Amino acid sequence: MEIAELNVAALRKMLDRREISAVELTNYYLDRIAQLDPDFRAFITVSREQALRMASAADQKLATGEGATALTGIPVAVKDNICTNGIRTTCASRLLADFTPIFDATVVAKLKQVGAVLLGKTNLDEFAMGSSTKESAYGLTPNPWDRRHVSGGSSSGSAVAVATGMVPLALGSDTGGSIRQPAAFCGVWGLKPTYGRVSRYGLVPYAPSLDQIGPIGRSTEDIFLLDRCIAGYDPLDPTSLPEQAAAAGIVTGSLRGLKVGLPRELFGDSLAMGVKERVMAVARELAAAGCILTELSLPSLQYALPTYYLLAYAEASSSMARYDGVRHGKRACSGSDVTGMMTATRQELGTEVKRRILLGTYFLGKDCYDDYYVRAQQVRTWMKADFAAAFTECDLLLSPTTATPAFTIDEEALDERALALTECYTVAANLTGIPALTFPCGFLNHLPVGAQLMAPAGAEQRLFQVASHWEAATKRQTRCAQGDQKGAFYEL
Amino acid sequence: MNYETVIGLEVHVQLKTKSKLWCGCATTFGAAPNSQVCPVCLGLPGSLPVLNQKAVELGVRTGLALNCTIAVCCRFDRKQYFYPDLPKGYQITQFHQPLGRGGWVEVPFAAGQRRVGITEIHLEEEAGRTAHFPPEADNPGYSLVDYNRSGLPLLEIVTAPELRSPEEARTMLETLKVLLEELEVTDGKMEEGSLRCDANLSVHRPGEPLGKRVELKNLNSFRAMEAALAFEAGRQGVLLTNGAPLDREEARTWNEAKRKTVFMRFKEQATDYRYFPEPDLPPVSIDGQWVERLAAGLPELPEARRGRYLREFRLPADDALLLSKNKAAAVFFEAVLGFYNGEAKTVSNWMLGDVTRLLKEEKIGFTDLKFGPEDLAALLSFLDRNEISGKIAKIVLAEMFQTGTPPAAIIHARGLFQINDPQAIKALVLETLAANGEAVRAYKSGKEKAVAFLVGDVMRKSKGRVNPELLDRILKFELAVDEIKDIGLD
Repeated sequence: MEIAELNVAALRKMLDRREISAVELTNYYLDRIAQLDPDFRAFITVSREQALRMASAADQKLATGEGATALTGIPVAVKDNICTNGIRTTCASRLLADFTPIFDATVVAKLKQVGAVLLGKTNLDEFAMGSSTKESAYGLTPNPWDRRHVSGGSSSGSAVAVATGMVPLALGSDTGGSIRQPAAFCGVWGLKPTYGRVSRYGLVPYAPSLDQIGPIGRSTEDIFLLDRCIAGYDPLDPTSLPEQAAAAGIVTGSLRGLKVGLPRELFGDSLAMGVKERVMAVARELAAAGCILTELSLPSLQYALPTYYLLAYAEASSSMARYDGVRHGKRACSGSDVTGMMTATRQELGTEVKRRILLGTYFLGKDCYDDYYVRAQQVRTWMKADFAAAFTECDLLLSPTTATPAFTIDEEALDERALALTECYTVAANLTGIPALTFPCGFLNHLPVGAQLMAPAGAEQRLFQVASHWEAATKRQTRCAQGDQKGAFYEL
Repeated sequence: MNYETVIGLEVHVQLKTKSKLWCGCATTFGAAPNSQVCPVCLGLPGSLPVLNQKAVELGVRTGLALNCTIAVCCRFDRKQYFYPDLPKGYQITQFHQPLGRGGWVEVPFAAGQRRVGITEIHLEEEAGRTAHFPPEADNPGYSLVDYNRSGLPLLEIVTAPELRSPEEARTMLETLKVLLEELEVTDGKMEEGSLRCDANLSVHRPGEPLGKRVELKNLNSFRAMEAALAFEAGRQGVLLTNGAPLDREEARTWNEAKRKTVFMRFKEQATDYRYFPEPDLPPVSIDGQWVERLAAGLPELPEARRGRYLREFRLPADDALLLSKNKAAAVFFEAVLGFYNGEAKTVSNWMLGDVTRLLKEEKIGFTDLKFGPEDLAALLSFLDRNEISGKIAKIVLAEMFQTGTPPAAIIHARGLFQINDPQAIKALVLETLAANGEAVRAYKSGKEKAVAFLVGDVMRKSKGRVNPELLDRILKFELAVDEIKDIGLD
């Protein structure tokens, strides 16, 4: 089997047995990026020299065995809205084309600490605002299974890099589905962890009360390993949760008696028939393993989208305020005074970002605040209660990740509602702060379909357990996609 | 026509913490520009604020001292506006749920003591400092920003609009400054900006509703504040008298050079700050037991101290006020009492009289004294035991003040002990009477004033050491005896 198709555990074995060195492995992936990425533009920056230095340090670590862990020597890609000391972090914006952070995000520091190899920075919609990378100043990253389709967004660079085997693991960020939607569209695994589980320090903010960094990989175990590495209390992030004991591995064992809830609202008419069938196939497999399926209702879900838009855009308008050309953001030379300079600078932002700033600014205006922002917060509170109630009836929720497989590049722009439909499955986990995991559950035509599991806050283990059961039971794995072949599972 | 003036203050207090409100950067005043900065206080993308617990503690202490209700849970909000020295494009402050509300402070106004309400206190971050350099021949002008100040912890104290004159506003601010220094929550240096004040002022005709308020900025000293408020009250009064409508709220700034307030903007033009809860900072729960412990640990504040001085030491009202509002004086006063068995009033007389005069001459305070409270106590004890006279005591005090030498050493070295021995005094008196026949005759012919000359002569000879009371008695006795001799009854 090609190295690109190996999971982290297999790469670990090769590294530990000295069948390959970290430098050789890094070179392999760098070559693959050089070969494939011109077609995908998954990477905004490939940090070749730093990567080789890190790989060589990892080889040292492996030689002495000191401080070596599951990820030592394993290449990882990082979404380009996560700060990397000395490596430019553009957020796919012209405004930050020259922004080189002077500090590492906590997640990056943690990866460096265990000796993972940072390959580069991946493409996204500008400031993570979008669902297709159409909003990237660095071009669109097409779907690896069919380049006429989008790869989702905003973490599509990370999802595509993983799906094509340009890197075994990648970090994304998820504000309303930005890890899960592209992971589902690309046929890979992605986790939006519990809010506060992973430090946000160094994540360039879009909507801070919703943003969360998480892993994307080619198996449940792979994302488990990356999640375990980046999770944990961080004194630099005031919204960070207290330290939890790190799990040694994914809990295995019987799923008998586990109650799996199917929210009626997420299996409605807007769902593509084929998607529903494939997600139901997962449900049947879980039932066969002894899970108890429960159909339930989460009435608050019908307000999830407007609530998300109100809160995310309001926060976004504030998050974006600092790019005024004074310290951050490429300063526009035009403008006769400070205000003129700031105004000219902000013209550099893309349409979607500007749209969200305008709407968010409007929502927060003193005449609108009570009607929009305050109400949205009330719905958010209700939604948390609604989900808490649901989790008294079941242990986790199963749903599709998106309503349809990846849409074509042209069609997406046409119908904003279609776009909204894909988001309505994912935003609830951000609004309620709970963890959500997406895994591929089949193909519709030749495009992947994702299933989503949600669990109460802090219950990531339950998600890993169920997802890895399904993976083992079906013994199926996706091939590395290269943009042209027909997608299909193959038997492990 | 008479107008009533209504004033409320917004006082910004820089809290005395070692590090800034959200990061570990130092708070030292006067450091080289941009030498005390980090990703957090520069607002670099991806940085996050972490609340400085000490700032909350100082805020709660202040709130307690101002009799505020401390919030069980407070939170931070973003106040959004664009300015080059505001690195995040918003200021983190408290708008919806401040740290404390509904307090009051007793203020000793000239017209009598009165309670002034405290509407709220809240924590917020300081912005950077912008310096503008106007165009010159060889450059088109530029601005520089120093972010050392960015993220310093501020406590804003908002008073109720209950002050009725510029003088009252000044007394209020002075009272607050003393209180804050007493609490040791701030340096309170207006010249370094660690204490700043904005004021809202309106005037109205008696019996009519309140006028539209004008916000006054840039009141950087007590004098500037009082002058600006006086100017503004006068300006609005003239406008009202002339029938001009005062129907728009506006902001004005004090121009020190022109000695007048200058229009800045109408309030309706003011930015909509679009406040919303700061998502990066979770709500802050304030533990009631912690607050109780802080309350128990509060120092005695001037107002309580003043009451105690009246009760315990029976000081006159003025003495009690003057001593209690100056912490250094109060500490010194009570320390003297620890060494001294006499009347508290004696100590207060000397401290507020001769000692204060000497301090004022040198422009220093009680903490700068070269002698200690035990020395003043010793001096007053010498006086009480009649070992020195009041005049001598003043001479000794002056030397103590200059050199810090203990009074006993000065008195011994200079032989200043009072002469209390009647025989010794009699000898001096007889000597004087013998040498000043003219004065004696004058006295006998009814010129009472001649006694003063004779007393002065004895004092000169004894270098002021003779016990004045004994001298008076012995002198008059000897004069009388002399007279009896004269009429030959002996």
